[in-house]
This record gives sequence, C-alpha cells and structure tokens, in this order.
Amino acid sequence: MTAKNPHDWLNEHGDYLYRFALARLRDTHLAEDAVQETLLAAIKSPSFEGKSAPRTWLTGILKHKIVDIIRKQITKTPVDDMSRHGADEDATDEFFNQRGHWADAPLAWPAAENALQQQQFLAVLQRCLDRLPPKLARLFLLREVHEDDNESICKELQISPTNAWVMLYRARMSLRQCLELHWLAK
Amino acid sequence: MLSCKQASQLVSQALDRPLTRRERWALRLHLWMCAGCRRFNLQLVFIRLAVGRILSETEQNGNLRLSPEARLRMTKALESGQ
Repeated sequence: MTAKNPHDWLNEHGDYLYRFALARLRDTHLAEDAVQETLLAAIKSPSFEGKSAPRTWLTGILKHKIVDIIRKQITKTPVDDMSRHGADEDATDEFFNQRGHWADAPLAWPAAENALQQQQFLAVLQRCLDRLPPKLARLFLLREVHEDDNESICKELQISPTNAWVMLYRARMSLRQCLELHWLAK
Repeated sequence: MLSCKQASQLVSQALDRPLTRRERWALRLHLWMCAGCRRFNLQLVFIRLAVGRILSETEQNGNLRLSPEARLRMTKALESGQ
C-alpha cells in the first residue's frame, strides 16, 4: 500500500463523502458526481503527503466541489427564475398585504425544543425542503451550515450579496410557511 | 416605521450580515410592538437548528451508501485518471 491510494479512499471514505454531499445537494447523481470529482482531484493534488486525516482533507476538497456544482446551477439561472413565480417582480408579495402587513401572521410554534427530537417534524421539514426550487434549497443549505460568512460564499458562488439575501429570504419565507401549513396544522 | 415586510427582510438578513446601527434600532422597535415578526424571528433561528439536525442525521445515516454501480464507475475513473 502506497501513501496515496485512491482506492482505499473510496473504500474507507466513499460512503461518508457521499452522505456529506447528499445532505447538501439532495440529489443522488449530483452527490455521486461530487464524490468522484473529489477523488480525482485528490489524486492530482500534491498536498496529501503527511496528512494524518485523509477524511478531513477529502471533505475539504468535497466542500469546494459542492460549491462548484451550486455555482454552475445558479449562474445558469437568472435570479427571477429561482422562485416558482418566474418573472414576478417580488415573489414574496404573496405573504404580505398592500400595506406591508402579514397576510397570515406567523403563529406561535409550541415546544420548539421537543420538535427537534421528533422524527415527524424532521420529516415535514424534509418535504418542505423538497418543495423549494432545488437551486434555492441548495443555496439555503450551503448558507445555513457553511462555516464561512455570507460574503465569502457569495464570492465563491459569484453572486452579489444582495442577490443572496433575496434568495435566502425567499427560501426562509417559503420554508416557514410550509412548516406552519404541514407541521403545525396537524 | 418599518412595515412587517421590511422587518421580516431585516430579520432574515441579520442571519447573513451585520445590520447597521440604524437598522438594528428600527428592527428592535418593530419587534417590540409586533408579535408576528417576533415569532418569525424565532422561527428562522429554529429552522436553522432543525436544518443542522437534518444534515447531521443524513451524514450519520449508515443506510445511505454509494450504489455498487457508482462505486464501479468511480473505480474505473480512478484507474484511468491516474
């Protein structure tokens, strides 16, 4: 066994990398692509020698591959298409009346801490994430779990901070409404 | 005086950037008076926690594995990529 054996990486870390990518991309094929590109990039990288934790190192490469995939999708799509409302100037207008008040004011969510333990709640959240336009969901997940600040994410994704705020706002508005309709209503 | 629409945008942006002093004061005043936006604020924090939970559950879910086909494809790619 050499110090750098990509087949070992695949055997020992492939499933972990796949789950990491799947959690963020929410698509089997995209997640597989990301893992494959990570392993191929790892072979070519000169920086492995002496690294004690290949998994950490591989995950670092994978994070960049995930951002690459999201960037390609976002730059292909104008911001307006990221909502279900297409050319609609301000898709979030549906949530407010003309005076800027909530059309349906947010309700109190009871026992929030307990809900986090409930599989039923998490299942509803999964479904609500599935209802978002996929690119919007991926940007949202990237932002919600990314250790980096918003500014560096925008740089990596090549979008303006203002664009990012608009998209993240849409994602959050849609998610909380979806949760209120399908989780709270039970 | 902020509308709920403006306030909700600031609540969301506060998760992504530091608000200016003026924005912070305007938002604080609005939240003080508006139960709906206070709830919205709590809900976004809660959603962030819940999304973190979903991600770590997926990362630790041993049932999610590369398919044999994907594994084979990658093995071949690694051999030709070397």
